[in-house]
Amino acid sequence: MSQKKTVVPFSGTPQQEQQLQQIIQAHQGQGTSALMPVLQQAQDVYGYLPLEVQKMIAVGLDIPLEEIYGVVTFYSQFSLYPKGEYKISVCLGTACYVKGSGDVFDRLVQKLGIQGGECTPDGKFSLEACRCIGACGLAPVLTVNDEVYGRLVPEDVDSILEKYSAQ
Amino acid sequence: MENVNITINGMPLSVPKGSTILEAARLGNIDIPTLCYLKDINEIGACRMCVVEVKGARGLVASCVYPVAEGMEIRTNTPQIMEARRTNLELLLSNHERKCLSCVRSTNCELQKLCRDLKVDETRFSGEKTPSMIDDSAAHMIRDNSKCVLCRRCVAVCSKLQDVAVIGANERGFKTHIGCAFDEDLANVACISCGQCIVACPTGALQEKDQTKEVWDALADPDKKVIVQTAPSIRATLGESFGMPIGTNVEGKMVAALRRLGFDGVYDTDLAADLTIMEEANELVDRIKEGGTLPMITSCSPGWIKYCEHIFPDLIPNLSTCKSPQQMFGAIAKTWYAKKMGIDPKNLFVVSVMPCTAKKFEVGRDGQSAAGEGCPDVDVALTTREIARMIETAGLDFVNLPDEEFDAPLGASTGAAVIFGATGGVMEAALRTAVETITGEELDRLEFTEVRGTKGIKEASYNVGGLEVKVAVASGMKNAKELLTKVRNGEADYQFIEIMGCPGGCVNGGGQPIQPASVRNFVDLKSLRAKALYDQDANMPLRKSHDNPVLKEIYADFLGKPGSHVAHEVLHTSYVKRTRY
Repeated sequence: MSQKKTVVPFSGTPQQEQQLQQIIQAHQGQGTSALMPVLQQAQDVYGYLPLEVQKMIAVGLDIPLEEIYGVVTFYSQFSLYPKGEYKISVCLGTACYVKGSGDVFDRLVQKLGIQGGECTPDGKFSLEACRCIGACGLAPVLTVNDEVYGRLVPEDVDSILEKYSAQ
Repeated sequence: MENVNITINGMPLSVPKGSTILEAARLGNIDIPTLCYLKDINEIGACRMCVVEVKGARGLVASCVYPVAEGMEIRTNTPQIMEARRTNLELLLSNHERKCLSCVRSTNCELQKLCRDLKVDETRFSGEKTPSMIDDSAAHMIRDNSKCVLCRRCVAVCSKLQDVAVIGANERGFKTHIGCAFDEDLANVACISCGQCIVACPTGALQEKDQTKEVWDALADPDKKVIVQTAPSIRATLGESFGMPIGTNVEGKMVAALRRLGFDGVYDTDLAADLTIMEEANELVDRIKEGGTLPMITSCSPGWIKYCEHIFPDLIPNLSTCKSPQQMFGAIAKTWYAKKMGIDPKNLFVVSVMPCTAKKFEVGRDGQSAAGEGCPDVDVALTTREIARMIETAGLDFVNLPDEEFDAPLGASTGAAVIFGATGGVMEAALRTAVETITGEELDRLEFTEVRGTKGIKEASYNVGGLEVKVAVASGMKNAKELLTKVRNGEADYQFIEIMGCPGGCVNGGGQPIQPASVRNFVDLKSLRAKALYDQDANMPLRKSHDNPVLKEIYADFLGKPGSHVAHEVLHTSYVKRTRY
């Protein structure tokens, strides 16, 4: 089976856990309808919803873990992976796409060894696709945190990654 | 009950108010095809195979969930309906691994039957297909998602019937697939191995782990003496695999078939069921007298045991320490029997035929090798379906085989053992022995009818020699959870509880012949199959476990008395705490 496990070690703090328990407490007795708000708020606390967090919710709300995982993987608003130190967003909007941003994205997938939505095991880079960021004149573009890189060819990916890896 | 008048395909019909169109059509002898629908369990109207036309309704409606109303005009077979069903089927097929020739479900596959009925061979739609994702991590079953149609019947039985809920639909759209949380292997989650998902699956996506080759190899090995034991419920179900009516008792033909497959001894797990009663009744009487942990809970069902270990680990001290009948049989075979027959237990190969997939897991548990490490009590546990396949492969004309009898000595049994296969049976068998043991008097009436029947939870109270004994029986883990929650919270004061992993007990086990939804939705498999066992019990000369003549010999020769030191070494076991997540 393809196993989907968060490879970035879980680093939740006791404060975060306390916050989560308060969220769960506030939704007691609401049955399964508590699940969506609790997941949304838990993601606000942790930034993502790893196994450890989903287990706490499963036990706290008495909802089977698989049911929770099913909901988390159904909605794109939920993430199983944390955001990296450097958050890479590749624009796959129309203008960028026709200018070859798909190839740029693929190069990143290959170089980083992760899929869109995921984070590298060292927590350094996370990768996601985004829609138009309003820089169509520079197509194809990507952003690393707040920095914008434009008029890219796939090979440019290597030097961009190198720059941040060294930091 | 109030009726409403409707017409189906122009024929007037009066049906109970509240029926679905599907149920109403059935009353008019029309079978509307279904795929995702399982009555009371999975009523989600998702697959759209059961669509029909209702005059005045917008578009076609899903008959499985659409209630009838007075004056409703329904059509079930117009060209438009057929075309809609055909298109839906083609879309399903476009992502189905169509390796039907030797698929384990070929000729018994609901998808295949729909294709035949609607004359769909290939699909017009070609494109990306779900890659084959086979999970064969668990001891008892295999999942192949490339044959899955996402009907969610397995998901529904896992959570609604069994309260296990370790499988569900992950991700969305084309990537939707059935799996465990975080796509963990089935072997690593709190699956209880009951196999109810397999008997609910309409296709070949789920199947037991086939071990027939191991048995064929053993049978062909001249150095091995291969014996077989059949669980009480197999005689009530095996005939279904050969087209016989549900509830036909085929004990004689089953024995004849096993003998013709080449087993050196064809024996009955019933003997070990009687043995279980001797040990369990003794343990119960002991616990009541000595102030041991009560209520005592039966330990025959390995699915239930695993559920208890995962979900109710605090109740492990309540479990009877008795091994299950399957394991007791193997233990006695490899100790007392091997010695009596002058066989080295290492050369004795014990095969069991079980209604159950969890038995495959049980075989590999720790503390199940009475003849020493490396010499398991049972070598291979087959399901009813696997033995049926072996009989087919061997070309045996099952239906026309003569009726034959089990071999001596391990084929001796009583009516008490036969009813083990139905929910309440172990309780009744134990009561027959416990009451006579405590009172020292012979029972006038052997039937404890209060604990019979297919109700999920049954309770009764008996006066045994001046002592009030309160008992309860539950089958299916959802019912067990309800009952045990009361016990855990101190809201119940039973002395003895019987729990079976599958709803209705072993007759409805996850290893039994698969009946399609078109049968399951309208026939009570549990009670039809159980009736075959109760009928046999009523007609047996010996109906109490302690009357089994071979057991008397085994105790005299070997075990001493129930609960003895030797009995504990050979016939008892222990359990482990497991976590839910």
